Amino acid sequence: MAAPLHYQTIAELSARLQSGEITSVQLVQAVLERTRAVEERVHAFNSRDETDVLAQAAASDARRAAGKALGPLDGIPIGLKDVIAVDGQPLTASSKILANFVSPYDATVTTKLKAAGALCWGRLNLDEFAMGSSTENSANGPSRNPWDLERVPGGSSGGSAAALAAGEAIATLGSDTGGSIRQPAALCNLVGLKPTYGLVSRYGLIAYASSLDQIGPFTRTVEDAALVLQAIAGYDECDSTSFKVEIPDYRAELSKRKGPWRLGIAKEYFGEGLDPEVAKAVQAAIDHYRGIGCEIVEVSLPHTKYAIGAYYIIATAECSSNLARFDGIRYGHRSSATRDAVDIYSQSRAEGFGDEVKRRIILGTYVLSSGYYDAYYLRAQKVRTLIRNDFLKAYETVDALLTPTSPTPAFRIGEKAADPLSMYLSDIYTIGVNLAGLPGVSIPCGFTQAGLPIGLQIIGKPFEEAEMLAIARSYEQAHDWTTRLPQL
Amino acid sequence: MSQIPDLNIDRLAKLARLSLTADEKARYSAQLGDILSYIETLKEVDITGVEPTAHAFPLYNVWREDLPQPGLPVEKALMNAPAQRDNMISVPTVVE
Repeated sequence: MAAPLHYQTIAELSARLQSGEITSVQLVQAVLERTRAVEERVHAFNSRDETDVLAQAAASDARRAAGKALGPLDGIPIGLKDVIAVDGQPLTASSKILANFVSPYDATVTTKLKAAGALCWGRLNLDEFAMGSSTENSANGPSRNPWDLERVPGGSSGGSAAALAAGEAIATLGSDTGGSIRQPAALCNLVGLKPTYGLVSRYGLIAYASSLDQIGPFTRTVEDAALVLQAIAGYDECDSTSFKVEIPDYRAELSKRKGPWRLGIAKEYFGEGLDPEVAKAVQAAIDHYRGIGCEIVEVSLPHTKYAIGAYYIIATAECSSNLARFDGIRYGHRSSATRDAVDIYSQSRAEGFGDEVKRRIILGTYVLSSGYYDAYYLRAQKVRTLIRNDFLKAYETVDALLTPTSPTPAFRIGEKAADPLSMYLSDIYTIGVNLAGLPGVSIPCGFTQAGLPIGLQIIGKPFEEAEMLAIARSYEQAHDWTTRLPQL
Repeated sequence: MSQIPDLNIDRLAKLARLSLTADEKARYSAQLGDILSYIETLKEVDITGVEPTAHAFPLYNVWREDLPQPGLPVEKALMNAPAQRDNMISVPTVVE
């Protein structure tokens, strides 16, 4: 039995749209109806513009009727994390400081999605300025995990994950600085792809930590991830860190690359703190690969235990600098309780930023401040080199690495809120990938006895997304996890 | 809770242009103490002769022709300004 429209894949829906079985307007109406039914419980969105998405759908249908359909994304509603600019739509980063901000232009990924015919749908909730692992740091309150509404959907792109898992979109975009796409994907039974640093333009993405941030898709299947990546990848002269690399046909590569692969298991990723049910599911996935003839190689990433420390120095240093632009002068909240110019900055920021953002700005200011720069920031950048070298050394013998995505399944709302350090440690398996600039994908690999999703992370070589996705697809096709749906 | 003795929260708040309440100062000092003691583990690493990584891949400056291009129209550039007058952002008096 086919899933309801709002739970189908891009691949299925684009075939139905192309054959004329459904129209984009009908699809959007199904998604809107579903959203109205579940959104009060899930709280995935910061805002939604139904009129706008219906107009986009009508335009897509008109294009198709004229024989000018643009490709597999044409007519498909794709939700965007509320840090990605869409011309004329709100852009808040789930922060009070941008509560009334409206984007004056499109992000490059938005331009590219529109050029592919995709419908930009809604502004999705996140931890304020993408700082967090649960969406509990949102000024608008947390999103909820559709698999258990008392639990977090992960973060920071938790709204993007919750919306897709709840059937409120057909795919979504998030951003990933330390695991913010892969971890929520794991916690919500989705595919979450963080591309190689530089593959997808960051122009129009609100910056958190510029040397780590990447935009990527949440989808229901690996094939859909390939389709969305196809639309958003590529060099952009508006992003000075964008890379000029040849973009393959990702979907076509999926079926061409059949392995067997040499896959690395890093013992540092299976140590203390790993939930036994997660360990068991990931081990079963490793056994699957061995069973199809892959060689499983034990490798070592000896600097793994320093990754979180290096990350929180580098990320907070970059954030304290990036967020200096929110000063109450040109845009964003301006305090009325001010006497002079410096007062405007200090007071507007005090009123506009939430707790975690303030904490990270202060930490970042500390590690960059005179007398501490060498001890913290410079040292962290050197440790970053060592972490990166660990991965590159492993890739001399393996094609990709298999790890758990998150050490635990979804935790309860409020469980870690009072202890920032324990929240930071939940990113332990994802952060190294950002520091090294590598691509990583989380795919569903099972459930706990309590019915909570578990994710497998596959870490690829730089710019080898096609190979990494083919490895992911080989597991996905032999299992039915992606077809399971939450009871909402 | 551990305290980092030289973490001068007032100085940091001033550098960051961020007013903090007494409660925030107390909480952040304690929490940052915890985080910084965790980060201290980085001091175990031998970094002799290691080059720092600012970006994961080497980046080179890119030059382009300096050609005029359409920019953001004034009304769009100012549409989010908290206060404006005559196509300019308005701020309180800075110099008497």
